[in-house]
Amino acid sequence: MRLHYDVSGGEFLRAGEASSSLKKVLKQLGVSSDVIRKIAIAMYEAEINMVIHANGGVVDVDIDSEAVRIKLEDTGPGIPDIALAMTEGYSTASDEVRDLGFGAGMGLPNMKKNADFLNVMSEVGKGTTVEIKVNL
Amino acid sequence: MTLNDVKEILGARALAGEEYLSREVASACGADLMSDVLAFSKEKVLLLTGLVNPQVVRTSEMMDIRAIMFVRGKIPGQEIIDLAREKSIVIMATEHPMYIACGLLYANGLRGGEENAPSL
Ligand SMILES: Nc1ncnc2c1ncn2[C@@H]1O[C@H](COP(=O)(O)OP(=O)(O)OP(=O)(O)O)[C@@H](O)[C@H]1O
Ligand SMILES: [Mg+2]
Repeated sequence: MRLHYDVSGGEFLRAGEASSSLKKVLKQLGVSSDVIRKIAIAMYEAEINMVIHANGGVVDVDIDSEAVRIKLEDTGPGIPDIALAMTEGYSTASDEVRDLGFGAGMGLPNMKKNADFLNVMSEVGKGTTVEIKVNL
Repeated sequence: MTLNDVKEILGARALAGEEYLSREVASACGADLMSDVLAFSKEKVLLLTGLVNPQVVRTSEMMDIRAIMFVRGKIPGQEIIDLAREKSIVIMATEHPMYIACGLLYANGLRGGEENAPSL
């Protein structure tokens, strides 16, 4: 099964709708709640990043009997040093984002914790692609 | 304890999900940073927060957190209440500040989930 979502940038208050929608689908498919939670957390972190660090983007989800694969692509500023960005506590978030409850630099480490496979590809000035796989 | 007990202990007001106040809570998480909440993995969690925006409900939805307590007299807007109703998440509000609200619940037997913090 394939799903596609458009995530609009700059609409912080609506961020998370794609993750919410995927969560609903997985529930209907009868996926166990522990696995759904891992997927939901990883995707939500990535979706929020797309909204606060880039200007939104597109999400493609592929679900089969073995795994859920999520690909999030944006055309934002990119990440100059991915290893550094993966470090707990590293964040370039603005004060405005922090006032909204994000920007602790925990998102990428948390995605890694919840996903069975995480791949971050980025080119400065071009954008960022995040691939998340969670085994069913 | 149940959400009804929580409501009594904190002298709180229920703003959404009044019909679910018999739900059990087994642990609590007090945080203003959703990033921290997203890294907290426990079952039957009550979230206490001073942050008021719809992402508090979204974060709770992702984490399967089914009850939120807004502290320090902060009353969420209709948008937040509607979203919580849609997700069957209980919303309550108390006048107590965070430290006192957490302390009262802890003193009444609601623990954080981890009794011994790992040493630094
Ligand atoms: N899609 C993206 N586009 C550009 N930069 C990004 C993107 N995702 C992450 N980053 C960069 O990587 C850093 C770390 O991301 P991470 O998700 O771990 O933390 P955060 O988003 O800053 O805070 P938190 O996730 O705790 O709310 C970000 O501060 C930002 O500099
Ligand atoms: Mg993040």
